[in-house]
Amino acid sequence: MNRTRRRKALSGLVVLLCGAAVVTALVPLFFVFVYVLQKGFSSLNWDFFTKMPKPVGESGGGMANAMLGTLYLIAIAALIAVPVGVIAGVYLSEYGKKSFASLVRFTADVLNGVPSIVIGIFAYGLAVLPVKHFSALAGGLALGFMMIPIITRTTEELLNLVPGTLREGALALGATRARASFSVMVPAALPGIMTGILVALARIAGETAPLLFTAFNNRYFSTNPFQPISSLTVQIYTYAVSPYDDWHRQAWAGALVLVAMIFVFSVLARVVTRRLERMHRT
Amino acid sequence: MKAMRFLLALAFGALLALPAATAQAQTVQINGAGATFPYPIYSKWFSEYNKLHPDVEINYQSIGSGGGIRQLSNQTVFFGASDGPMTDEQLAGAPGPIMHLPTVLGGVVPVYNIPGVDSQLKFTGGVLADIILGKVTKWSDPAIAKLNPGVKLPVTDITVVHRSDGSGTTYIFVDYLSKVSPDFKKTVGVATSVNWPVGVGGKGNEGVAGLVKQTPGSIGYVELIYASQNKIAYGSVQNHDGEFVTASLQSVTTAAAGAARAMPKDFRVSITDAPGKGAYPISSFTWLLFYEKPTDRPKAKIMVDFMKWALTDGQKYCAELGYAPLPREVVALEMEALKRISL
Amino acid sequence: MKTPSSRRSADDRGFRLGTGFFALLVVVLVAGIFWELYRTSHLSIAKFGFRFWTGKTWDPVSGEFGAMPFIWGTLYSSLLAMLISTPIALGIAIFLSELSPKPLRTPLAFLTELLAAIPSIVYGLWGVFVLVPLVRKLQVVTPDWMRKIPLFSGPPLGVGMGAAALILAVMVIPFTSSVAREVLKAVPSTQREAAYALGATRWEAIQAALRFGRTGIIGAVILGFGRAVGETMAVTMVIGNNPQVSASLFKPQYTMAAVIANEFTEAADDLYLSALIEIGLVLFVITVIVNAISRLLIWSVTREVRFKAPKAPAAATRTAPKVAA
Repeated sequence: MNRTRRRKALSGLVVLLCGAAVVTALVPLFFVFVYVLQKGFSSLNWDFFTKMPKPVGESGGGMANAMLGTLYLIAIAALIAVPVGVIAGVYLSEYGKKSFASLVRFTADVLNGVPSIVIGIFAYGLAVLPVKHFSALAGGLALGFMMIPIITRTTEELLNLVPGTLREGALALGATRARASFSVMVPAALPGIMTGILVALARIAGETAPLLFTAFNNRYFSTNPFQPISSLTVQIYTYAVSPYDDWHRQAWAGALVLVAMIFVFSVLARVVTRRLERMHRT
Repeated sequence: MKAMRFLLALAFGALLALPAATAQAQTVQINGAGATFPYPIYSKWFSEYNKLHPDVEINYQSIGSGGGIRQLSNQTVFFGASDGPMTDEQLAGAPGPIMHLPTVLGGVVPVYNIPGVDSQLKFTGGVLADIILGKVTKWSDPAIAKLNPGVKLPVTDITVVHRSDGSGTTYIFVDYLSKVSPDFKKTVGVATSVNWPVGVGGKGNEGVAGLVKQTPGSIGYVELIYASQNKIAYGSVQNHDGEFVTASLQSVTTAAAGAARAMPKDFRVSITDAPGKGAYPISSFTWLLFYEKPTDRPKAKIMVDFMKWALTDGQKYCAELGYAPLPREVVALEMEALKRISL
Repeated sequence: MKTPSSRRSADDRGFRLGTGFFALLVVVLVAGIFWELYRTSHLSIAKFGFRFWTGKTWDPVSGEFGAMPFIWGTLYSSLLAMLISTPIALGIAIFLSELSPKPLRTPLAFLTELLAAIPSIVYGLWGVFVLVPLVRKLQVVTPDWMRKIPLFSGPPLGVGMGAAALILAVMVIPFTSSVAREVLKAVPSTQREAAYALGATRWEAIQAALRFGRTGIIGAVILGFGRAVGETMAVTMVIGNNPQVSASLFKPQYTMAAVIANEFTEAADDLYLSALIEIGLVLFVITVIVNAISRLLIWSVTREVRFKAPKAPAAATRTAPKVAA
């Protein structure tokens, strides 16, 4: 009898500890969010969203160039990563049993785990040194490389979910495999693929390290892809390590905008996922 | 589903249309990088120049003098900036001859954060060197107390804050310390990036100022403007003639007086520990670095025009930002030198 | 003569080669990274050889580069982070997959994933202005007898190994926990049912599930470690950037990723740059090995369930919670 009570007590304790673990994890989350909201919100004003930075010592100015820069960079990254990722995912789904496919899957997972600063070094050697200038293109390339494994794996998983009967039906009607794949299977899996893209975008929008020596930074906004470009993350970093209180305020505001941007991507991704689940449950 | 797809397509389309929507008239963008020491005045200059010439955007990134030299040598930026002149090896390693052009004068000050101490502390070069070497470890050390009678120094550990990046400010500071302390010269040496015996690293003048401001008991070295703009206490330093001088426009200008009369042709000169009454011992020129035979002629033309403006009209912005303007003789020499840049 | 079937097989071959090309790009990319890193660091490899990994001096002036302080800093900070984060991450995984009531599950899972969505730079920002002063206060009130222990020796700076380990722990938690959850989901319910049938308490049934999936759980932990090793921005803002080897939590130290971020644009000569890239190469190799081992371990548990309706969110969450660096 005693042993049973002890075992039950232990079980109860473990349940409590696990619950405590959840709370412990949520504490810093809460902490960080509240801080960012509090400190960032007060510095948000119309100027912040529309003006360029002012020289050191003058207050005011904004991060308009940084925000546009981030959007520009992730657009370039998506342009590079989406075609490569989706088509590679199609290959993995269609020919998944081959050993080459296993190799691809393995390297995609490895690529996913490579620290972003190492990807930055790679992009520097590839796109900055040969042409001798920093560029938005080099930054976009680095970010694109990081998106590829996420998009590839989600595309593969999603295509595997689509009933094979769809493909068979298309083939029976005389379609080539390419047709069956791109005109039938991919559109059917599109919501999930979009999820993967959104998740990847959320991840790279917050990246700083690979941009430090590829996109560099720019006090102005240039639409030329061969010029350096500002980005929200690098700008926040530059402001944060400075001694100017005005810049600190702007760093928090920038952090708020960044977190909001990523939040929107994440929520969109979840909404799309839930829609997908509902579709496939019926 | 359709609505969402439409919205996403719209967003994507908007993203791609961004270039067209934000396109400006024919602006020229020139990229430069380098020292954080003169960053406040350079950012003011480039901003003012842009107001005068809206089609010229000079993008300067303060990544440290070492970075400026490196990126210039790699030709990933058009011009560099440094407070430590390039060494002969660095010049030899560059793809073409590089010209040093002094822009302003500044002073490096020893900043500190000692809770309870409000008055200005006096330092000698020797004491500073010993602190940086890690030989003097507490604020209450007799070496410091002797120089500052009447100041109640706490028994707190000294935390040295130095630069973690390659820095001309570091160069100026260690150049001075090496002149006044043979021990320092032997142990640490002179360069933009050294092997610090003790301490924490901050990135840029900004990083060091930030760390000192936040760390009680710390001491660091920053350009004068970073100390005054951020209201961080800084000490006076004993100069070559034995007096304790506080960094100011006046004392920095005095330090340069001797150099102005005997300026070498390539403008690479050190004015630390300068003799003279009232001269501040940790002063220095800071230089912009240009290729003498640039490949991009139009950009070179713009930069030469900018330099002429900076050496004349630009100098009036120096005072409010804590930099000393260049002596007249030096400006005249530079105007001559600018002609050597092939346009 | 082009028969419909021969035309068909030509199209299909085109399809296979076409899509296969893009798949090959992924492999080429990874191989390319290794090749590029190796190529640009060979100057340093040639000069220092094995000494690079054991040398403690990082002196750009004299051209003497030893990477030991950074390797130490990276491994030590990541290990500490894992010590702190693993119990919490596993607790969350267990709670979410075994214990939580259904309606709470999704919102709680969402919240923990939000931890992963916060970019590294924001953690760094918070670290500099909130965590570091907090740690400094803790250091100041540390009693002198504790200060004598090497683990707690050093001036109260705030920045240092301790702050870095804490922030890394927070960043790694959602990652480890979501992968551990995947593993636990893959454990067949028959394992738990058998335990209950034998009269087990909740904890004992969970133990049965954990035992079944233990290789996968270890894989999740190792994956988290790999994540911590590569973290750059948040660490460089709170670790103090001082290349010294020390077991103290209070002393400022340096990691591989942080030194690359700080010194890359300023490496004023080829040997210096080459040494930094060699550090990048070391980092790359470590993360590849760690990732490979952990994926194998995880795969060995989840493979049985691969053919039973894998869920879309699973794929997204498995690759998703990688916090930006």
